[in-house]
Amino acid sequence: MKEQKITQNPQKLHWLVRPKTIKGLWIGGILLLALVTGLGTTVHPHTKFGIEGTVTFYSWYGFVTCIGMVLFAKFIVGKTLGRKDTYYDN
Amino acid sequence: MTIDTLLMSPALILILGAFLLPVFKGSLRKVLTLTIPLVTLVAIWQVGDGVQVTASFLDYELELVEGNNLSRLFATVFAIMAFAGGLFALNRNNVTEMVAAFVYAGSAIGVALAGDLVTVFIYWEIMAVASTIIVWSARTEASAKAAMRYAIIHLFGGVVLMVGVIGYAQETGSIDFVRMIPNSFATWAILVGFLINTGAPPLSAWLPDAYPEGSWSGTVFLSAFTTKTAVYVLLVGFAGTEILIWLGLYMIFYGIIYALLENDMRRILAYSIINQVGFMLVAAGIGTEMAINGAAAHAFTHIIYKALLLMSAGSVMYMTNGKRKCTDLGGLFQSMPFTALAGIIGALAISSVPWTSGFISKSMTSQAAFDEGLAFTWFALVAASAGVFLHAGIKFPWFVFFQKDSGLRPKDPPWNMKAAMAFFSILCIWIGVQPEYLYAILPFPTDYEPYTQAHVYEMLQLLLYSGLAFFVLLKLMKRTLTITLDVDWVYRKLLFNAARKATIVITKFNRSFGSAKSKLVSKVITLATEHHNPRGVLARTTPAGEMAFWMIVVLCAYLIIYLFV
Repeated sequence: MKEQKITQNPQKLHWLVRPKTIKGLWIGGILLLALVTGLGTTVHPHTKFGIEGTVTFYSWYGFVTCIGMVLFAKFIVGKTLGRKDTYYDN
Repeated sequence: MTIDTLLMSPALILILGAFLLPVFKGSLRKVLTLTIPLVTLVAIWQVGDGVQVTASFLDYELELVEGNNLSRLFATVFAIMAFAGGLFALNRNNVTEMVAAFVYAGSAIGVALAGDLVTVFIYWEIMAVASTIIVWSARTEASAKAAMRYAIIHLFGGVVLMVGVIGYAQETGSIDFVRMIPNSFATWAILVGFLINTGAPPLSAWLPDAYPEGSWSGTVFLSAFTTKTAVYVLLVGFAGTEILIWLGLYMIFYGIIYALLENDMRRILAYSIINQVGFMLVAAGIGTEMAINGAAAHAFTHIIYKALLLMSAGSVMYMTNGKRKCTDLGGLFQSMPFTALAGIIGALAISSVPWTSGFISKSMTSQAAFDEGLAFTWFALVAASAGVFLHAGIKFPWFVFFQKDSGLRPKDPPWNMKAAMAFFSILCIWIGVQPEYLYAILPFPTDYEPYTQAHVYEMLQLLLYSGLAFFVLLKLMKRTLTITLDVDWVYRKLLFNAARKATIVITKFNRSFGSAKSKLVSKVITLATEHHNPRGVLARTTPAGEMAFWMIVVLCAYLIIYLFV
């Protein structure tokens, strides 16, 4: 259980965290998003409530609800109920 | 009870077997740690349908072991969990924790196989005691305090359950554990007693308060049993009770919001337990065959992937001298690739990514809501599925293994911890790829097909766009040294401060009252001394002549009054 601290040499970053790789991951990710949205348009699922059968529903619904949850958590709950993590120690 | 009946009770094999562990040391103890859960598992598979073991208690006949598909499924996953947890904790030099863990797992199996409410209650209480010992076994000041709060909440829940069971027995004359309708004080009390153990509101805070304070191995056990036995008893006793849907939805979003704001990696996962149990409560509330299958399947898969996530977090703690805060961690994938991979597989499974176990179980609950035309519930569940990826699927691995480079370079943990993570990682993927084996042991026959083209595309869209939201808002997601207040603030701060202030006021009152009282007493004493001392008016010795004089005065006065009045 020995803890070791190593001073990171910027020239010897792990390949996964090099700026070039990160840029590639962003491009790959955006292409993947476009691909799954495109694939979603090729199938016609059974619908019951109407809107869930519309094109790209799952893409925008997933994105918008997640943005909503983060903003609600950060600016409503966090602002009102957030405290320092030593709150109960005092 | 004879040896035969003992052997027919899988719960007792694990509970009594636990007490063999302190008797042995070294390799033999390790062999027993791995063998006892496996023997229990074999015994569970021998339990046939119907009542198998009975015992007399007062005027009632307890049904200690009763088998059916639902009870065997829960008992099976509890035994698997005991085995994997034992393997993970093999190098933990704390036999008290291991004994408590096996007693805890054994009593959870006891609840799953109980045929009557008294047996459920007995095992329920053993679980409360054993799990308290596990929290306490971390042997830190924080764990001791958390264990005390945990015990108080669970003993309170136990009392509520006991009141309900007694009332129910008086009302119906039966203690059979069957489906109930919450239409009387007794049945409501039973429902509330069960719900407290699920982490339902308003007492949800006991879970993220206590579980993260367990040791690196203890929390793995804690994540599995209490909440899932509560789900089991709700499925048996209260399936189809609508209020469970609303409570479940609250728990789902409560878990997401609080986890998003949390900095402690194990508290993130603790909030996530409430979130996942919320899905199971919604399914229990819907109550159809598809929904009950969904809840049971989800409990099965959740125990495995949540334990895997906590094993991954426990390994990080173990190898970094107890570091738990996201703000202290990051970049660990470089030196702990195995642990990171296990954590990622657990995170993918909890997020219901196709070809993992979560995908084939959570989908059934959403499908049940869809089939029943519950529009609000269905839209909420779909949003929650995206939210799970956000708060657990990405957040946990990102902040622990990636984000910034913390400079820490801990190695992967010892072989037994890696073996436990490998076992559960394989199960997460195997169940996801071959769901038919899990579907075959569900309570009701099912021909549900999760891998339709449409469903896979839908889930991939939902999750990938949830991931996009995470990285778009990454600055807002950055962790700070904060906690988020919860209902436990009432008893940890408000009532505590009120009690402290009340003590100060009472002490001051006692002091002032005490001083007034002393003054009064001393005045009485002074007065008494004044009048009753040897020279005092009321106590001094007077001459006989003076007395005779005053007697004559009195008699004369009497004569005058008698003659003239």
